[in-house]
Amino acid sequence: MSANLASPHGAALDAAATTEGRSLWQDAWRRLMANHAAVTGLVILVLIALVSVVGPYLLPWTYDEIDWRHVEALPPDMATRHYFGTDSLGRDLLARTLFGGRISLMVGILATTVALFIGVTVGAIAGFVGGRTDQYLMRFVDLMYSVPLTFFVIILMVVFGRNFILMFLAIGAVEWLTMARIVRGQTLTLRNKEFIEAARASGGSTTWIIIRHIVPNVLGVVMVYVTLTIPQVILLESFLSFLGLGIQEPMTSWGMLINDGAAELEVSPRTLIIPAAFMTVTLFCFNFLGDGLRDALDPKDR
Amino acid sequence: MWSYFARRVVIGVPTLWAIITVCFFLMRLTPGGPFDGEAPIPAEILVNLRARYHLDDPLWKQYVDYLISLLHGDFGPSFKYRDFTVTTLIAQGFPVSLQNGFAALVLAIVIGVPLGIVAALAQNTRRDYIVSAAAMTGIVIPNFVMGHVLILVFGVWLKDSFVHLPAGGWDDGAFANRILPVFCLALPYIAYLVRITRGSMIEAMRANYVRTARAKGLPFHTVVLRHALKSALVPVVTFLGPATAFLLTGSMVVETIFQIPGIGRYFVQGALNRDYTLVMGVTILSAALVIAMNLAVDLLYGLLDPKVRYER
Repeated sequence: MSANLASPHGAALDAAATTEGRSLWQDAWRRLMANHAAVTGLVILVLIALVSVVGPYLLPWTYDEIDWRHVEALPPDMATRHYFGTDSLGRDLLARTLFGGRISLMVGILATTVALFIGVTVGAIAGFVGGRTDQYLMRFVDLMYSVPLTFFVIILMVVFGRNFILMFLAIGAVEWLTMARIVRGQTLTLRNKEFIEAARASGGSTTWIIIRHIVPNVLGVVMVYVTLTIPQVILLESFLSFLGLGIQEPMTSWGMLINDGAAELEVSPRTLIIPAAFMTVTLFCFNFLGDGLRDALDPKDR
Repeated sequence: MWSYFARRVVIGVPTLWAIITVCFFLMRLTPGGPFDGEAPIPAEILVNLRARYHLDDPLWKQYVDYLISLLHGDFGPSFKYRDFTVTTLIAQGFPVSLQNGFAALVLAIVIGVPLGIVAALAQNTRRDYIVSAAAMTGIVIPNFVMGHVLILVFGVWLKDSFVHLPAGGWDDGAFANRILPVFCLALPYIAYLVRITRGSMIEAMRANYVRTARAKGLPFHTVVLRHALKSALVPVVTFLGPATAFLLTGSMVVETIFQIPGIGRYFVQGALNRDYTLVMGVTILSAALVIAMNLAVDLLYGLLDPKVRYER
């Protein structure tokens, strides 16, 4: 079947490539680049991601290494090469903040990927297949909406223990609802378009049409939602860490660092402020980028 | 509308039942129980304890018994606070959370909505940018950071000044003890309300009926407050429904930070202690509230937007 479809599609793509036109994506990209807040956000995000991933390898201290000469919260000190000082156990704060960033970003991205996967699948199937399937799936989503989900994540974390993989699966499993609704709405408007009809006429199966035609066309809206979900997930993770249900020591995340820092607040506010600043800036940037993307991709405000 | 209301209530009951069921089995099937402590309990006592809480009954019987006692308004005995029933604990904690949540809600609406309108009317001016940036800040600073910062500033640094506020505790609901937690609770909601109101207000001001209202010479403030705001409030109400439920059931974070004996803190402690019945009680209560609030929101749409009809 796919062999039959391949040639007409290929020809159509070739034809499109030869004519000079601006695609929706090029248009959106140009609008995004004109939005200073969004571009700044994007640049800072890339920087933070880079230092979080590469940074820990370049530092003289690792995140779990205790400097026995300074087993107290030490102010920044160039001589011992603790550029942000140490925490109350003598561990390098910069190394921990960067490592925490790695975990926080990872949870954010992985959990959002899980949400993306479930949400797009459910939304696209509900919207495209319609009828009773649609009704049942959306009833289920409605039902889930009335569940106090934060409570459920907490119960899950208590029940199954503090497990890194479980954490992003659990968070992802509660964040997909809105995604499913958005994708369904988009799919409903796409369903009756001519190109879908054409795909159906040329013998494409439902699965094929959803994967090849529906999903690529809802990606724009989905992307906006993804950039707005990641910061929410990071917040939720930090909230779990705050309750002592996050990941295990000596591993750390921004939320855990903030929680540790809060305990030392009176003695060394620095241990709270530095990770909090990293996290806040990251969340800011995601929000700016998300807003920028929405303006760029949303045809309504053009 | 009444048949719609009745139908929604009828749907709400099985929803609540499903939540109760999932919650019940999730908590009972876990390894580790409420009586695991640092010191192992002698076997004979453990047998007695399990008999006392009916944990030695078959699971289905425990489940049926629990459902029946729930119908009588009895949430069962707490596993950790030995001399209390969950009903007593909730009866103690819920009013506290309710008062704080309600105060925070009023504060959020009174500050958030007007600020959102101001920003929308001044779209893309400096005033708009300042309000929007402040709102964004309120959203991205998690309230456990904000709570600690507030404590540091008003509880520690300003200790000897006249604006000194208690760093925590409840003191039977003394006014000074309420200020910081309520403010901390309200802050993210203020921020969200500003953003939502601003967005929907900008849209509403572009609508044709607003242009008509202005064209027929109505004063500006009438157009804004009576014509534009009414439809702009639809997304606000949508947001407020579940938000109200969460505010009223108490923010777990704020109650934990400020050491307030509300049900949010009970839930956190219950979860950490594996106090099954307490956790279930709070979860059921808040699920019921969320369901009720969502219904209230759907009914409010009809008042705000004449296009909404309750059919089917």
